[in-house]
Amino acid sequence: MTVSVQEADFDVGAELAALSAGRRDVGALASFVGLVRDDGGADGVSAMTLEHYPGMTEAALQEIVDEAAQRWTLLAVRVIHRHGRLLPGERIVFVGVAAAHRGESFAACEFIMDYLKTRAPFWKYEEGAQGGRWVDARDSDGSAAARWEQGWDEVEGRR
Amino acid sequence: MAEVKILYFAGLREALGCPGERLALPAGVDTVGALRTHLAARGERWAALDAGRNVRAAVNQRMAAADTPLDGADEVAFFPPVTGG
Repeated sequence: MTVSVQEADFDVGAELAALSAGRRDVGALASFVGLVRDDGGADGVSAMTLEHYPGMTEAALQEIVDEAAQRWTLLAVRVIHRHGRLLPGERIVFVGVAAAHRGESFAACEFIMDYLKTRAPFWKYEEGAQGGRWVDARDSDGSAAARWEQGWDEVEGRR
Repeated sequence: MAEVKILYFAGLREALGCPGERLALPAGVDTVGALRTHLAARGERWAALDAGRNVRAAVNQRMAAADTPLDGADEVAFFPPVTGG
């Protein structure tokens, strides 16, 4: 159940392998990788800089992972979030979840990403043809996180 | 009065032209909301902290609300809604 906030890139294959290394009880590994995306608009995205709040960031990510581990039976979790200046196509975030069955691993992976988007103190600054701008938070991120509270019985029932 | 370390991040830091400060809390400034009002009252660029602006806060590195007390606070941070992931 470890989290890292780092400038360096990560090896997705190695991180996934580490989640089940030496274990016989993992039946499902779910992962999410977020990348810097050029949205294809007129202005384009030539680079993205991620600022964060050192100290709080690590604690917030650990709290989100701990909450996921209370909701589902998880065997291992790994979260890596990069900061600094990144180019389109570069990896920003990795979430990997090992569990006995796919239901827990899929759900916990999505939950961690939804909460990370609204609770972890990161801010994106995009550079494009017209200069730079801070990215605004999207309402859809708030509703994605909120559904884990409102629709919890429904989510449980689907598993 | 207790002194707190205040931090500003991202677009708010740029709008204020300042990454942070140390402030002796005036009498009556005992919640996050009261501190925000106190800072916004400085006027000019500090209007970025006005009530209508979308600003979030943390106390001792935990997300906080306007009514979160500053009793025992060492570090208070103000920042725009987060956009990681």
